[in-house]
This record gives sequence, C-alpha cells and structure tokens, in this order.
Amino acid sequence: MSLDRSDVERIAHLARLAMNENEAPEYTESLNSILTLIDQLQATSTDGVEPLAHPMDAVQRLRADEVSELNQRDALQACAPAVENGLFLVPKVIE
Amino acid sequence: MFNLTLSELSNALSRGEFSSLELTQAFLDRIKRLDTQYNSFITLSEEHALQQAKAADTLRATGQATALTGLPIAHKDLFCTQGIRTSCGSKMLDNFISPYNATLVERLNLAGMVTLGKTNMDEFAMGSSNESSYYGPVKNPWDLDRVPGGSSGGSAAAVAARLVPAATGSDTGGSIRQPAALCGITGLKPTYGRISRYGMVAYASSFDQAGPMTRTAEDAALLLQVMAGEDPLDSTCATQAVPNFSASLNDSLLGLRIGLPKEYFAEGTDPVILERVREAIAEFEKLGATVKEISLPKTQLSIPAYYILAPAEASSNLSRFDGVRYGHRCDSPKDLEDLYKRTRAEGFGAEVKRRIMVGTYALSEGFYDAYYRKAQQIRRMIQQDFIQALSEVDVIMAPVTPCSAFRLGEKNSDPVSMYMEDIFTLSLNLAGLPGMSIPCGFADNLPVGLQIIGNYFDEAKLLNVAHQYQQVTNWHQQSPANLSEG
Repeated sequence: MSLDRSDVERIAHLARLAMNENEAPEYTESLNSILTLIDQLQATSTDGVEPLAHPMDAVQRLRADEVSELNQRDALQACAPAVENGLFLVPKVIE
Repeated sequence: MFNLTLSELSNALSRGEFSSLELTQAFLDRIKRLDTQYNSFITLSEEHALQQAKAADTLRATGQATALTGLPIAHKDLFCTQGIRTSCGSKMLDNFISPYNATLVERLNLAGMVTLGKTNMDEFAMGSSNESSYYGPVKNPWDLDRVPGGSSGGSAAAVAARLVPAATGSDTGGSIRQPAALCGITGLKPTYGRISRYGMVAYASSFDQAGPMTRTAEDAALLLQVMAGEDPLDSTCATQAVPNFSASLNDSLLGLRIGLPKEYFAEGTDPVILERVREAIAEFEKLGATVKEISLPKTQLSIPAYYILAPAEASSNLSRFDGVRYGHRCDSPKDLEDLYKRTRAEGFGAEVKRRIMVGTYALSEGFYDAYYRKAQQIRRMIQQDFIQALSEVDVIMAPVTPCSAFRLGEKNSDPVSMYMEDIFTLSLNLAGLPGMSIPCGFADNLPVGLQIIGNYFDEAKLLNVAHQYQQVTNWHQQSPANLSEG
C-alpha cells in the first residue's frame, strides 16, 4: 500500500514534525520505498505465533516504594532552554 | 606507544615506562594532529582527561590501581558524561551537557580510565555509514574516500587510526559489529541487558546494547568485565552473574562445534569476503573445532521486521525531544504545537525524521496489527530459529557485512540500500543474542570481519574463541598503511 502526500503530512503532524512544501515530495518517496521493504512481511504466515516484545520476555521489575533520589532540581534544569523559579517555561497554553 | 593494546599499555604503566599523564597527553596530541582527516571525535575533553590521568597516577603510586587505571578511552557520543557535551551526533543535543554519567561511564571512571573525548556517530545511532551525523561524516582510516561504517563509526575509526586504544560503542542493529568489520578492529555486542542502558541516549530500547570496541579480544574482556552487570538504575539490565572473562580466554577450542548458516553464505555477498570467512573457519578447524551447516531460514525477514520495530520504538523514545526540558528549542514559538513542530523539524536530520515517521505510521490506528504485531511475531520466529540452531552448535560463524567499506555518498541517497548493509547483523538484535566482529583478512586492501555469534550470556565463549584465533593469526595487528607513526 502506498502513501500519498496528504498521508505523509498527516504522519508528520502526528509525529509533531513541521514539514515544508519542498520536503513533502521527498519524504513521500522515501517513506514509500521503506514501506515496500517492510511490506515483505505480509507474505509470511504468522498464525498462532505469540508476539515477542522483548528478547528476554522480561517483565517489569519492581522495587520497594521508598524515596531513593535526592532533589537535584537546579542541576537538572541547568540544561533547560527556559526556566523561571524552578519551572520550565513554555508558550501560553490556556488563554 | 600508539600501537600497544590496553593490556600492553597497562603492563607498561605498571613497569613505570611512562605515566598516565604522559600517555594521555601523547594521545591527545595525536588526536589534535591527525583527527582533522578522520573527523572521528566530536568533542575532546582535554582538561578533564588530564585531571583523570593525574588522579590515576596517584592511585598507581599508592598501590590502588586496577588493570585499567590510567588507560585512555573514548566514549561514543550517546553515553552521558557529566560536564562533557553529549550530542548524540544531532543538532538537537548540540548544546546538551548531561547532569549525570551513564552507568558504564561511571564504572569505567571508577576503574580509573581516562576519557579523552566523545566520538562521532550517526545521528541518534541511526545509520550504517556515519554520514547522518550533524558533525559531518567520519572517514575510514584504511581509505579516506570510504565510510567507516556506523553508527559507532567514530569509535571504530579512532581505534583503527590508533587515536585511542579502545572506545565504547552501541549496537541496535549492527552498530558495533559493522564499523568494527569495516575498520578492521574487534567489536563485541553483548547479550541484550548485559550492560546497563542507564545514561545511554535511547534509540530502540528493546534492541539497544552497549559494548567495547578494541584492538583485541583480550582487551574487550577487560572492558566488558567492568561494564557488565546488574544496575539498580536500569530495570531491564540483566541480573545474571558476570563471570571472569579473562580467565577463560585460553581455554582450548578442541571439540568446539561451529555452525555455518547457509543463508549467510548465499549469493549477494562479495565472494572475496566469503573466501576470507571460510579461511578463518579453516583456522578454527586446525584448532580442533568441528563445522556443520545450519539454517536460519527467516534471515531475509530480519530487515523488514527490524525496520518496523526499531522505528516504532524510536518514534516513542524520541518524543521526549520537545524543546522544553533540554536540547534545541526553536526561536519565538507562537504556541505549544509550533514549539514542538519547529523544534523537532530543526533539531532532527532527515534519516531520524524518516524513522520517526515510519514508526509513527506503524503504530497509528488501524495499522498496528498489520505492522507492529506482525513484526513482533516474526521477531519470535527469528529467535526460535537461533535457539534451535544453538542447541546443536556452540557458536555460529558468518560474515559481518555483505561488502567491505563503501564509498562516501554511495548509498546515502537511498535509505533502503543502506538498510540492506545490516542483513547479517540485525537478526541478533531481534533475538537479543551476543555477537562479535574480529578482523579476518582483506578484500581489495579493505578489512573484512568475521562474525561470531553465541548463546545468551555466553560472551566468555565468544571472547575465548576470538582470542584463540588472534593467537594464531595477525589480522588484528594490521594497521592502515598511510598511518602516521608520530
């Protein structure tokens, strides 16, 4: 199955990637060639095969619910683009 | 000193032939002089390295040195290093200085190793040629017109050019083994979970695995010893006991059962590469190994399965880059959506965007069963093939790549032809098995790698097998002819 330009623009929106006029045709072409590659799977029957999500079939390990971390807010925010009073700044969300 | 291995340098430090400070300064000078032609480093951490070297000399003087104390290393630029930029080869993280160390960096620091700098890589580890780096491509020291492989191309080129005796790498679909093969060095991808992923920038979390890139299997054993083992900071890190990897290096290979998967020796691979691999296998027969043909019938499906699952995981992992908490942020966003979209469009390169979009599509409503679930089922079939094969043999041997180092630009315009480069390496990541690449000769003066695949958590066997081969051959000691000795 093949994607057209509007499909690719919709996918870019879902992935929160801005895409300009010039880029759309190029991504449409390369995504279609990748889809042709991955569509090779459809020819193989997988009836009754249990999906493998993790090579060790591992499940999430749990630990006791105890505080183990120190507060490092200043150190962790030192690499943030914009902070004020210990808060991350973003454009206005609610009018 | 540039041609010495970690083990040899460690002995020289013990004998007092030179100090760690002298050694570190010599390597730093060499990098500054020669790396303009390879571009294998993104960041050189000179001041930090000299401090570590001085501390290492003090430890040695007071009898507190380990085998690795005072030895130089470089880290692939996706391992977080406190106070030293971690760019992941991306504009997105060009300004990112991590507030903490990756667990493996922390462990190598504690062992007294000296970090010379951070090596170049494909952006977010997505690539097989190191051409997708924001910091420009790396050149293969064997031929500057050719790629070093990827994504750990900077680490492989730096070790091959003798700019550093060892480096760390990461392998999601072949990113340690393929550049190791193309640059003629030794690379080990351990079992999934053997080494903590804490502080390693995530690409595809059920595949990503760190490992050592060295000149010899003996050196890889030294590094893995320190890097491996349970970590409370990574709940997916394996709890299996870590054996003494150096202790079994000299075990006899008499009776070793080697399996040769017929699908890896089929048409489509450079015949000279197959010849070199067969010559290597003949050496193992001389050492007492027996060889039998096996089958891994789903090999061809590993590429489509991987290029659904890894991008799906990537699209989720890379959603964290939103311009809010760290990394690149676009100028004057008009609202939150504009902030996300322009930050990500400006910060990511083309291949990263392609994989994010493929993953987003595969996970989107209505397509999940046809792509993601289907690929996970194929993943189990591929794993079952390996489990069956490894019940009959001790190790599997095969080529690492279908061709030797290709020219810069040769495959860059067509993502699918680049993906085919990983046909012999991807399936191990799908199954989570350990694999190694060691040099086994040349094709048209370019290095060829032999891949050794073992059972889960049997890295000791891989290192033993590789070390025994390196005792009777000298391919791992070859260095590029144009290499400056200075």
